[in-house]
Amino acid sequence: MREELITSGRMNPGIDPVLHGWHWPIPFYLFVGGLAAGLLFFAAYKVLFGKEKDFPTAVMIGPFVALAAIVMGLMALIYDLHHPLYAWQLFTTIRIESPMSWGAWTLMIVSIVNAVWIFTYLKKIFPDFNLKQNFLRKVISNFIEEKQSEGKLNWDWKYKFLRDFESFLIKNRKALAWLMMILSIILGVYTGILLSAFNARPLWNTALLGPLFLTSGFSTGAAMLMILSKTHLEKIAFSKIDVLLIIIELFFITHMFMGYLAGSEVKAEAAHYFMGGEFTVTFWVNVIILGLVVPLALETMELLNVKIPVIIPGLLILWGGMMFRFIMVDAGQVIRYLY
Amino acid sequence: MRYGMAIDTRKCVGCSDCVVACQTENSIPHGYTRDWISETVEGMYPNLALEIRSERCNHCDDTPCVRTCPTGSSHIIEGGIVKVTHEECIGCGACIESCPYDARYFHPEGYVDKCTFCDHRVKNGQDPACVSVCPTHCMYFGDLDDPNSEISKVVAKNKVKVLAPEAGTKPQIFYLV
Amino acid sequence: MKTTRRDFIKISSLGIGGLALSTSPILGWVPSFLKEDDNTPDDSTAKRYPNYCEVCFWNCAGWVYTNKDKDGNEKIWKIIGNDDDPNSNGRFCPRGTGGIGMYYDKDRLRKPLKRVTGEDGNQTFVEIEWDEAIDIVAKKMKEIKTKYGPESFALFKHGTSGKHFATLFKAYGSKNMAGPAYSQCKAPREEGFRMTFGHPLHSPEPLDIRNTRCLVLIGSHLGENMHNGQVQEMSEAIENGASIITVDPRFSTAASKSKFWLPIKPSTDIALLLAWMHVIIKEKRYDIDYVEKNTSGFEQLKNHVKNFTPEWAYGITTIKPDIIRKTAREMAAASPAVIIHPGRHATWYGDDTQRSRAIAILNALLGSWGRRGGFFNPEKAKLPKYPMPAFPKPKWSWRDIAPDKYPLAKMGVTNLLIDGSHPDKKEGHKIKAWFVVGTNLPVTIPNSKRTIEAIHNQEFIVVVDTMPSEMAGYADIVLPEATYLERYDDLRLAQHREPTIALRMPAAKPYAETRPGWKMCKDIAGKLGLSEYFNYNDYSEVLDWQLKKIGSSLDEMKEIGVMKLDRKYNDLYFHEHMEHEFETPTGKIEFYSNGMLAAGFAPMPVYTKHPEPPKGFYRLIYGRAPMHTFSRTTNNPYLMELMKENALWVNPKTAKDWGLKTGQRVWLQNHQGAVSTFSIAVRVTERIRQDSVYMVHGFGRLNKKLTKGYGAGISDTEMVTDVKIDKETGSTGMRSNFVTFLTEEPEKKEKTV
Ligand code: SF4
Ligand code: SF4
Ligand code: SF4
Repeated sequence: MREELITSGRMNPGIDPVLHGWHWPIPFYLFVGGLAAGLLFFAAYKVLFGKEKDFPTAVMIGPFVALAAIVMGLMALIYDLHHPLYAWQLFTTIRIESPMSWGAWTLMIVSIVNAVWIFTYLKKIFPDFNLKQNFLRKVISNFIEEKQSEGKLNWDWKYKFLRDFESFLIKNRKALAWLMMILSIILGVYTGILLSAFNARPLWNTALLGPLFLTSGFSTGAAMLMILSKTHLEKIAFSKIDVLLIIIELFFITHMFMGYLAGSEVKAEAAHYFMGGEFTVTFWVNVIILGLVVPLALETMELLNVKIPVIIPGLLILWGGMMFRFIMVDAGQVIRYLY
Repeated sequence: MRYGMAIDTRKCVGCSDCVVACQTENSIPHGYTRDWISETVEGMYPNLALEIRSERCNHCDDTPCVRTCPTGSSHIIEGGIVKVTHEECIGCGACIESCPYDARYFHPEGYVDKCTFCDHRVKNGQDPACVSVCPTHCMYFGDLDDPNSEISKVVAKNKVKVLAPEAGTKPQIFYLV
Repeated sequence: MKTTRRDFIKISSLGIGGLALSTSPILGWVPSFLKEDDNTPDDSTAKRYPNYCEVCFWNCAGWVYTNKDKDGNEKIWKIIGNDDDPNSNGRFCPRGTGGIGMYYDKDRLRKPLKRVTGEDGNQTFVEIEWDEAIDIVAKKMKEIKTKYGPESFALFKHGTSGKHFATLFKAYGSKNMAGPAYSQCKAPREEGFRMTFGHPLHSPEPLDIRNTRCLVLIGSHLGENMHNGQVQEMSEAIENGASIITVDPRFSTAASKSKFWLPIKPSTDIALLLAWMHVIIKEKRYDIDYVEKNTSGFEQLKNHVKNFTPEWAYGITTIKPDIIRKTAREMAAASPAVIIHPGRHATWYGDDTQRSRAIAILNALLGSWGRRGGFFNPEKAKLPKYPMPAFPKPKWSWRDIAPDKYPLAKMGVTNLLIDGSHPDKKEGHKIKAWFVVGTNLPVTIPNSKRTIEAIHNQEFIVVVDTMPSEMAGYADIVLPEATYLERYDDLRLAQHREPTIALRMPAAKPYAETRPGWKMCKDIAGKLGLSEYFNYNDYSEVLDWQLKKIGSSLDEMKEIGVMKLDRKYNDLYFHEHMEHEFETPTGKIEFYSNGMLAAGFAPMPVYTKHPEPPKGFYRLIYGRAPMHTFSRTTNNPYLMELMKENALWVNPKTAKDWGLKTGQRVWLQNHQGAVSTFSIAVRVTERIRQDSVYMVHGFGRLNKKLTKGYGAGISDTEMVTDVKIDKETGSTGMRSNFVTFLTEEPEKKEKTV
């Protein structure tokens, strides 16, 4: 028998008996970050490849959801700080080696680009704007004015610089799309490698975690678009993308576990947490079965023309993606090198 | 100059004086500690082996905790001592998560705290509090870069190991086994 | 490795630092008053006051540091050893370092308390003023004196301030005083050694561990008991390559550092000791010259152990014969630099004086008494006595409670005083009132039930303590004492290789309305008309007077804390080829003791079989943890941090039989039906024998006012109801109890005192 214990000292709250320095906000933040990355990626992608017309949801609605997700993510991140009043110090320095640091910066920049993107589509999304209703609209009405014009569009920006800015952006939309695509990939990779940058935790110490989270983030993005889109064309397109991403994800997961098992003693032990140990049921049921296998089956059926309401596989993928992050963050903290 | 510690597990009795001395010296709030004692028992009665270790931050050479800190609050000072500037710490927990030894904790005042190698004593030429009280004299502190220092000699002369070397942090606390 | 480190700093400051904006003065701006790395106070702003520790009997001398806290108040900060102190060599043990917890404990007694009975018949304590408290105590002392004679008032004491109360009692006319440090601890050892060498060991034991080549620990878990200087010397011995032989049914810390660990069956030590003697004598490995010169009764001993072969002992102790032989040879090879450790707490099975005699005899065979690496000859400083009148002669003392019992006891036997206090005492001298100073009788004396019955039979009980102990819960009057950090006491005159004097002085004002013991005694004496025994205004005057007589002063001692003196005699070790006079009847070390025989005991130790655990029961072994001193520290905020409760060590096989898991809570029941008040967490570990369980003593506190200690674990004393009295000294054997596990909470009983 081997008995390993701390006999005195260090019952530091948050550290013992198991580490729980990060609570729900962090996996939540990773989840919404990945989701936003996926959404923004597809928006930019469709624009770049001239599919803007066929994919109105991806191009115009997705970024709205993405912005909301990013804002919620940032709020969660700050909520989890033990010294939130000092949070501004995140933005007094850039530390390339610290994923927290460049993550915060990426999120900040992404959210600006994201907002700009939305700005360029506002007229298309809300052509008909009723000005005098409530307080919020009163605030907005400071920036816009009613105008009579052809079609449905009944308003325009009040200030010239806004109008100039808008037309400048629309002219350079492709460039903006490139920028957003690159940023979305950075964001997606970031949510993936945040954990694997903490390679001092056996479970997170794997290079596969980055691509895996990136894939899973994009797949949640695709799932979200699948749910939101109104046209069959869009639904099917994202359904196909999802099938592909899920297959890649399953491949990565298999490899990841094989890597653990072939690795050092602690890593093999880490794998056992998922194969008989305390995370087995949660992981297999929520992530693998509900989050990957079932939606994969449903979507394949759908592609084979069996009628399935997309909301089901869509929500399952979102659920699986979120659980995956919660489990990885939790388990990563539980599994440690010593004792 | 490279400060480090060597701890002789053959002499340590696990009395925990190092733990309480650190608490009083550094006014650590009740319920928290910067150092701790671990015990490993192996074998079956009556063929047993026991190792007792006094543990704390390893003041690693390759410091994931400093690397992952987003504000630069975690930093390295003269002699390789890893410290946290309380007022720059936003309490994000990145360093806590990145330390394979769980050597850091959230101080109730919001910042992250950890062993400082008692730099406030070391700069006056004193040993860290834990080293200076150890009744069994099983801890050695000093400059690992100086081959004539007691610690360098102790490390050179004895069989030593570090904890969780596979974590790759190059810890600078050596255990005599 | 080291170059990498420098590289890393370089990379981070050039490569990344170049990119990082953190170097930018504007963006990296933090108000400079916030930039301070931390605000750890250091020694430069500290003040220090000499003291000697009162957390355990080792009384290490050191310095109490005070420093300014955040709000600028001078506060006790830390305690550090005094380099000139031989007991600690400048290094305190965890309890001494955590001694500041005695000062900072939020549950401390603050004001005198008086027991009152309310209209509803419930008894409670009310706070009263000191004047009233002293009045009541003095009045009661007078009353007892007129009604029964002063001898009927007994004093139980422990610790340094006990001395002031002893003076008060002697002046008052009672010599009925005792402390658990004797009958619940070292009485058998002291008397066993006295009967062999003519001399008890006292404290700290004069063991030359740092020079020894072989240390045999039988019944000592040195390292878990932090007998500071000895633990330090054991570490030195390990460093020097000395071999350690540990005899313990538990894989103790010391066992893990030993060359040989003998996992003996509990209660069979004497058989092993006899077998060792057998081997050593048979193989002529004893110190022949030394034995010839200094001992008497060797032939009788030789005959006595003739049949106690290792094979015989194997059947009893479960230790293999070849291991017995090997270890005997190991110690003989180191002779005379060998120590069979006498242990300290030695009240186990009821034949404990004999057991200690066996240890003493084995040491004598190997010639270690008076030899380098064995037992040295300690010296102690002497100070003139502060003048006071002679004490009156009491008419009877504790011995007269049962005149024909315990002839070898040389100090007050606590349990005899309890016998004298118990309602079943119908004839002869009786105890009617108790004065209890710094000792927690219901937790310390086994069979708490009987102790509590005796308590209920008293007319009056005063308790002096710093904490709301269990004992305080039974008092009529509680007098809150200032801790050792807030008071003067007698100078410490510890025996050691060289004599020393150490000072205790206050480092802070007495907390709340607490008072030092000497002050209480002086005030009570004043009311009793005994003022001439306390002829000073402040105890520092006594110390100054004594110190001036030897050419020093209180002021000097305040500077140095510890004064080292030269030895008067150059006899740390025996001089070879010199005859030695021992204070025994024969003037020699006595293998064979006529004195024992005359008192009705075996003249040479014999092995007796002791009861074994019934089926489903396990022998309860208790011991100590290095961070606690019995119940004295089990509410200390610092030390409780290190160990919050005790655990029950259970062998994995036993655990499997019972389906017990580490961390699971169980209650205990002993073989006489006693059930524990609280539960204890199981620790499944290979470190304990299958037929025994182990726990640390002093936990499971019953007084609800102890916010940290109340209900934390089990008190082993509750489980010790079957007490085997040592007939020689009257000490209480406590290793004779067997327990079984209750996995469900037993029916509630009253949990508080
Ligand atoms: S003070 Fe020394 S002997 Fe005691 S636990 Fe710490 S390192 Fe070990
Ligand atoms: S032990 Fe942990 S906190 Fe200390 S330097 Fe290493 S990684 Fe950092
Ligand atoms: S070096 Fe100082 S801060 Fe670090 S564990 Fe030791 S006493 Fe505590």
